[in-house]
Amino acid sequence: MSKYMNDLFITSQTFAFLLDPLSHEFMRRALMISALVGGVCGLLSCYMTLKGWALMGDAVSHAVMPGVVVAYALGLPFSLGAFVFGVGSVALIGFVKQKSRVKEDTIIGLVFTGFFALGLVLVSKIKSNIDLMHILFGSPLGISDSDVHQTILICLIVVLVLIIYRRDLMLYCFDPTHARSIGINTGLLHYLLLSVLSLAAVAGLQTVGIILVVAMLITPGATAYLLTDRFDRMTFIAVISSIISSVLGVYISYWFDIETGGSIVLVQTTLFLLAFLFAPRYGILKINNLN
Amino acid sequence: MELFRNTDEVEALRIQADQVCVDYNGTLALYDASLKLKAGCICGLVGMNGAGKSTFFKALMGFVRPSRGKILINGSSVTTAQKDQAVAYVPQNDGVDCSFPVSVWDVVMMGRYGSMNFLRVPRESDKRAVFDALERVELVSLRNRPIGSLSGGQRKRAFLARAIAQRASVLLLDEPFAGVDIRTEKLMADLFVQLRQDSRSILISTHDLSHVRDFCDVVVLINKTVLAYGETSEVFTSENLSMTFGGMKPDPISGSISFDE
Ligand SMILES: Nc1ncnc2c1ncn2[C@@H]1O[C@H](COP(=O)(O)OP(=O)(O)O)[C@@H](O)[C@H]1O
Ligand SMILES: [Mg+2]
Repeated sequence: MSKYMNDLFITSQTFAFLLDPLSHEFMRRALMISALVGGVCGLLSCYMTLKGWALMGDAVSHAVMPGVVVAYALGLPFSLGAFVFGVGSVALIGFVKQKSRVKEDTIIGLVFTGFFALGLVLVSKIKSNIDLMHILFGSPLGISDSDVHQTILICLIVVLVLIIYRRDLMLYCFDPTHARSIGINTGLLHYLLLSVLSLAAVAGLQTVGIILVVAMLITPGATAYLLTDRFDRMTFIAVISSIISSVLGVYISYWFDIETGGSIVLVQTTLFLLAFLFAPRYGILKINNLN
Repeated sequence: MELFRNTDEVEALRIQADQVCVDYNGTLALYDASLKLKAGCICGLVGMNGAGKSTFFKALMGFVRPSRGKILINGSSVTTAQKDQAVAYVPQNDGVDCSFPVSVWDVVMMGRYGSMNFLRVPRESDKRAVFDALERVELVSLRNRPIGSLSGGQRKRAFLARAIAQRASVLLLDEPFAGVDIRTEKLMADLFVQLRQDSRSILISTHDLSHVRDFCDVVVLINKTVLAYGETSEVFTSENLSMTFGGMKPDPISGSISFDE
């Protein structure tokens, strides 16, 4: 075999490696949904990290659990139940904070574990075809048709809101006082951001599950934050890195037959570690600043 | 205290605060504070630490709700004035996260958001306003730097530029001179005089009396309430100042002034 032929053979081998999984309907679907959800959560993650809402993201994603269970049991769209419980949990956190002297992070921890526990109890009591493992760990490889449609719809809504209110939300995260002083309704922006957080948590739940969804909502933003000083570039990098992680994660889980959600989040964490080490300006090794 | 008796003048008032009272969970921070500010006028708000200067600003911006009293800006409610971009506010501490990934230019552009369409796409006129504001505070050369890389004084100038870019007719500046060097002080003082020529009204809080003599047309002396108010030359007497900074304390019940010692 000539060298050229040899190269060609290796290339086609590589392609086969990448293309083979695509011959399966469930893989095409898993890749499409994971990429979409990854991109949407990546975009939102910029606002979460800049606003300092990591804990809030964790809270909301856990609090949607009973909502999903109740919605399935009643035959309603799961996103509706998740949305109600997600926003409800945040309202509850705000209410308890206002009415008691307990510190906010304590209340957040308290409320989301309470909701999560309620979810677990409901799953064990309501005998239905809900697979607890799917909710907890995600199952992009076994996602149903109606779940695909709902997830696509959710992603569209979140992206639309984040694009239309891009500047206002950035200003709200950066300097809410100024936002108010130029007549912007910051209360509305607050609840808008919480609503899209609840929706994105439901979307993320499809691919990586409730336990890991907070990673989708903060890691890409944190990675991008280490790589740039511009907001627009940060959103771009976060979205791209999140899509790459999701797609790569699904492939890796196929090749090595490992859990998909864990695989996606591990790739994300790896990208963060790379940025943490090698980012030009903010990495701890500062490769550019040696001279 | 009755500076403007004439109704025509009352209509041209940029700020009209009438007997404003503010308390924080029952603790009185400001009471019976009244203020009238004409167009094209610089007013100094002078008082000790804790006298309620920042509280007065927050009340004027509607960030704290007065328990009593009435506030009008350009003859309309504070909310309306804010929506109309009639008032710009620079707080004492900007309180922003300085590692936020925005450049100086982006920050000053935020002053224009209220005048843009809902997608906040800057037009040529917005870019000109931002550039002009940056020129006035001499930050044009640093416009592409991240906001977090500026020194304290440069950052103050950037936030001042944002207020200028807003092109509001009323500027509320809470201690703009705190922690800036002499050169920046001079720059700001010249800037305020220029803005007055454009018939903007500026309310500036400070405890440095020399600024007040230099460029304030009107002075308000406060300690929990307005102790004296009027033309700088009339109000700036040594008795008034010792009353503001020294051994006298207003009586919170009658509102009158009594000796503490
Ligand atoms: N958020 C707050 N909560 C409770 N008390 C406050 C608050 N802000 C200010 N105060 C009190 O109100 C008084 C006036 O404060 P402030 O307006 O900041 O004064 P100044 O700006 O003149 O130094 C002070 O006694 C201060 O302790
Ligand atoms: Mg103050």
